Amino acid sequence: MRDVTYLRPGNVRDAVQLYRTTPGCRPLAGGTDLMVMLHAGTLRPAPRAVLDLWSLPELKGVRRANDVLEIGAAEPYTGIIGSRDAQESVPALVAAARTIGAAQIQNRGTLGGNLANASPAGDTLPVLLAYDAVVVTDRRSIPIDEFFVGYRKTALADDELITAVRLPLGRDVVFRKVGTRAAQAISKVVLAVSREPARIAIGSVAEIPLRARRAEVALERNDIAGAVAAVADDIRPIDDVRSTAAYRRQVTQNVLRELLDAFARG
Amino acid sequence: MRFTLNGAAVSLDVVGSRRLLDVLREDLGKTGTKEGCGEGECGACSVLIDGEVVDSCLVAVGQVEGRNVITVEGLAGPRGELSLLQQAFIEHGAAQCGICTPGMLLAAHVLLKKEQRPDADDVREALAGNLCRCTGYTKIIEAVLSCGT
Ligand SMILES: Cc1cc2nc3c(=O)[nH]c(=O)nc-3n(C[C@H](O)[C@H](O)[C@H](O)COP(=O)(O)OP(=O)(O)OC[C@H]3O[C@@H](n4cnc5c(N)ncnc54)[C@H](O)[C@@H]3O)c2cc1C
Ligand code: FES
Ligand code: FES
Repeated sequence: MRDVTYLRPGNVRDAVQLYRTTPGCRPLAGGTDLMVMLHAGTLRPAPRAVLDLWSLPELKGVRRANDVLEIGAAEPYTGIIGSRDAQESVPALVAAARTIGAAQIQNRGTLGGNLANASPAGDTLPVLLAYDAVVVTDRRSIPIDEFFVGYRKTALADDELITAVRLPLGRDVVFRKVGTRAAQAISKVVLAVSREPARIAIGSVAEIPLRARRAEVALERNDIAGAVAAVADDIRPIDDVRSTAAYRRQVTQNVLRELLDAFARG
Repeated sequence: MRFTLNGAAVSLDVVGSRRLLDVLREDLGKTGTKEGCGEGECGACSVLIDGEVVDSCLVAVGQVEGRNVITVEGLAGPRGELSLLQQAFIEHGAAQCGICTPGMLLAAHVLLKKEQRPDADDVREALAGNLCRCTGYTKIIEAVLSCGT
C-alpha cells in the first residue's frame, strides 16, 4: 500500500476534479470494504491512488428538508442510528443499519460505500429500494430503481461521486434480515416491504438487490397469497447449487408472508 | 501529517494510504494494538478515534489527520498505573493469550463512558466486534460488569 497515493480533497468539487484527473483513483469512505481489498492486493485494476471522502463536511450529516430526509454519503451508520430524524422518518433504515457489523463497523461504514459497492447482499439496499430513495451525486439525482445495473455494477460514471441519499418522509417500511453474514452463502435473505405504495425489495437473491415486480402487482390488489406465490418467480437465487436456490425461494416466501401478515394486523 | 496519540502530538511523514494499524505498530512502536484477521472481523486491532472504537486495520492513516487516537497504551495513567478496567481484567482472569485483550479493553472503555452501569446484554453488544478464542467471554463480561458504578 506504500505505492498507493493518498489524496485528501477539501471539498466535493476538488474531489471530483481529482477523481477525473488521477489515473487509477479509487474513492475511500469508511474503508470497511475497501481497506481489506487494498491491503490484500485483490482489487483489479490495482488502484494507484485513494481519494479520501471520509472527512468531507458536505458528505456528512442527516438533515430534514421539506418532505425528504437527506443523509450524507459519508455519514457512518452510527450517525444514522443516533439521528432522531432518521428514527422518526425512516425507522426501517435505522433497523437495517443496526444489523451491520458491530460497533467498529457501524462507526465507519457508510451508505455511499454500501451503494457504490453494490453487493447483492448489501443490507441497506433493499430498504433504500422500498423507500424509492434517490441517490444524489455530484452532478445528478439517480432514482434507486435505476442505480443497480448488474453484478456489482452501478449507474455511476467513472468519475462520479455519491454525495447523499434522499428518502421520502412518512412511508411505512418494514425490514427483515434472516441469517448472519457469516452464513450468507447458504441462508441470508434481506427483505424490505412498503404497503402503500406497494414495494417489495429483496437482497441476496439475485445478482443485484431487486424489486419483486410481480409480487408488487399482487400486493397492489391486496392479494397477499398471490404476492407470496409470485415472489418465487421474481427472484433469481444462484442456481449452480440447486438446493440452495430452492431453500432461498422458500425462505423468501416465508419471510414475505410473515411481513405482509404483520402489515395486515396493523 | 499530524494527530494526537494517547494525548501527545505526533507528527509523521508517512504514505497516507497505509493502515493505521501498521503505522502504530511499525512506525510508532505501539505494539499493544494487535493484528488478528486483518479483515475487520476480530477487533484485535481496535483503537479509539475521537472516542469511538474502530478497527485500525480498516483505517488509512491519512484519515486520522487532526484527530485524537487512543490505543491500549493510553488507558493507563501517566505513571503506568492500570485503569480500574485493566485491574478488573486481571482480577477476573479475563485475559489468557492476550491477543484480544487490548481491543476488548478499548471497546469496554467506550461502553463504560456511555453507560455507567451496563448489564450483561449491553456488554455483549458492545463487545460483539471483538472475538476471543480463549476465555469463552464469561470472565471478560464479568470483569466489565464489575466496573459498573
Ligand atoms: C466485519 C464486517 C462486517 C460487515 N457487515 C456488513 C453487513 O452486515 N451488511 C452489509 O451490508 N455490509 C457489511 N459489511 C460491508 C461494509 O461495512 C458496508 O458495505 C459499508 O457500508 C461500506 O461503507 P464504507 O464507507 O466503509 O465503504 P468503503 O470501503 O470506503 O468503500 C466501498 C466502495 O464504495 C466506493 N465508495 C465509497 N464511498 C463512495 C462515494 N461517496 N461515491 C462513490 N463511490 C464510493 C469505494 O470506492 C469502494 O469501492 C461488513 C464489513 C465488515 C468488514
Ligand atoms: S485485525 Fe482488524 S479486525 Fe481483525
Ligand atoms: S485471551 Fe486469547 S483471544 Fe482472548
